[in-house]
Amino acid sequence: MPRVALTPEAATLLRRLRAEHGELMFHQSGGCCDGSAPMCYPLGEFRTGSSDVHLGDLDVAPEPPAEAFTVPVWMSAAQFEHWSHTHLTIDVVKGRGSGFSLEAPLGVRFLVRSRLLLDEEL
Amino acid sequence: MAKYAAPGQPDSVVTYRDRYDHFIGGEYVPPAKGEYFANPTPVTGEEFTEIARGTADDVDLALDAAHGAARAWGKTSPAERANVLNKIADRVEENLEKLAVAETWENGKPVRETLAADLPLAVDHFRYFAGVIRAQEGGISQIDEDLVAYHFQEPLGVVGQIIPWNFPLLMATWKLAPALAAGNAVVLKPAEQTPASIHVLMELIADLIPPGVLNVVNGFGVEAGKPLASSRRVAKVAFTGETTTGRLIMQYASENIIPVTLELGGKSPNVFFNDVAAQRDAFYDKALEGFTMFALNQGEVCTCPSRALIQSEIYDQFLGDAVERTKAVKQGNPLDTETMIGAQASNDQLEKILSYIDIGRQEGARVLTGGERADLGGELSGGYYVTPTVFEGDNKMRIFQEEIFGPVVSVARFSDYDDAMKIANDTLYGLGAGVWSRDGSVAYRAGRDIQAGRVWVNNYHSYPAHAAFGGYKQSGIGRENHRVMLDHYQQTKNLLVSYSRNAQGFF
Repeated sequence: MPRVALTPEAATLLRRLRAEHGELMFHQSGGCCDGSAPMCYPLGEFRTGSSDVHLGDLDVAPEPPAEAFTVPVWMSAAQFEHWSHTHLTIDVVKGRGSGFSLEAPLGVRFLVRSRLLLDEEL
Repeated sequence: MAKYAAPGQPDSVVTYRDRYDHFIGGEYVPPAKGEYFANPTPVTGEEFTEIARGTADDVDLALDAAHGAARAWGKTSPAERANVLNKIADRVEENLEKLAVAETWENGKPVRETLAADLPLAVDHFRYFAGVIRAQEGGISQIDEDLVAYHFQEPLGVVGQIIPWNFPLLMATWKLAPALAAGNAVVLKPAEQTPASIHVLMELIADLIPPGVLNVVNGFGVEAGKPLASSRRVAKVAFTGETTTGRLIMQYASENIIPVTLELGGKSPNVFFNDVAAQRDAFYDKALEGFTMFALNQGEVCTCPSRALIQSEIYDQFLGDAVERTKAVKQGNPLDTETMIGAQASNDQLEKILSYIDIGRQEGARVLTGGERADLGGELSGGYYVTPTVFEGDNKMRIFQEEIFGPVVSVARFSDYDDAMKIANDTLYGLGAGVWSRDGSVAYRAGRDIQAGRVWVNNYHSYPAHAAFGGYKQSGIGRENHRVMLDHYQQTKNLLVSYSRNAQGFF
């Protein structure tokens, strides 16, 4: 069962960012200030390794001229131990600044909305 | 009670300019691409100035200026650099009210905090590093009769510093004071959420610092922070922020083989043992205040005591009193000196806090007070206010494990000492912790057993210079606020000198 999903607004933003920056990825941050937020980077900019977990791929539906594409979502394995019982939906809100995440200059910011995974999803 | 006029009002102690450029090479320089971004105050949500939107070109120009100045600055005597820091401290002190109001307008924090903490601490911090650089000594090691090792500290050269938005001026000071004292030139990028108050400071102190020694480039992380952190022309990067960006900065640093210092947040336990409630006296009152410290700076502190652990015997009584104490926290206009809790620093911060309150409820945590956005009415309706929130739950819940960075505390009970230590250390982070007990032996042992860089014993949230501050575990690398921070801004030069006239005997 998928652990990650996307709101339509976030999908629209991803299409725009992909047109500008190419293929994309998310890494969910923890900790201070801009933390506990999904950080969006050009694919491969952030090097994942054996201490990360691939939560899934977000499917972004085609919307001409944008074709369909996917965006992988990662999280550190240590953090995943505390998040594994929740489903994450990446949304976007008005805001400012989020580390080196790509959307910040547009005056918006990705945000994770969570719900508990249902028994049949676990 | 006093209420300061908002910056820009005729009777305000401070006025922001309509626009700020980058501060490079001792003067204000417009951004290469000519773009600016609007800067709102979280107090009302309204924009009050615009800020240069820096890019790689601006960072390069600042690095040119810094490299032009670094050599001469690094050769100045410690006394000269100490004098500069002392003069900066004096200037800040003379303009304390002005800077405090500017900072409150910028960040949303109550003015009584900026007046009593942020700015006085900044003043003292500059003075502390002026002092320690004078007192620093190298070393002489006699290897044998004729061979002597001399150890000198030398500046790194040009360093990059990326500053967070929760204490814009104080966090800039934490990083600037040791770097400048050690003889480095700096390119500093303020947070894009709070890019303006540093310029009120720069205008006050620009004449004290040789051009190019301190450069400020504003902009967004991806556009200005990344070129700075990944530049081959910085000898070190200092960053305060969160774990993913911290890893990215380490990744860039690994490409250039340079050191980093990182302060990446926490989920600090605040542990209350049974004997705290042995009497209803001044100490009990102090402990209740210690609980309520989660609301200080709207909870936007890396060391926010966001997990309160209370021993079973006193749990109900203490928590009941603590909730009452929390309800007494006065929320209001940050410019009012009576206000104890002001506005969250930005809209997205507000949204994130509300999303955590939501998942906390879903996970079954009980809201004992607060738990919602506050509408303070009038012009403050557009600001970003959250009522101080007390959750009761279990340490496995996400609200116990993730830094919310808001006025939210999650409370759990523990049975005995071992249980307390187990829960306290069951976290990814290790930045701060609090221990409350009338028994010095228990307090000492707990302080040593908790895996955190700063453990407050029978107090919380004090940040004096001369007390090392930094994280264990995923909370980061390095120690600020203390002489040891000089080590993070200096190379060790060893001169190994032979006083023998005879050949070494190999060839």
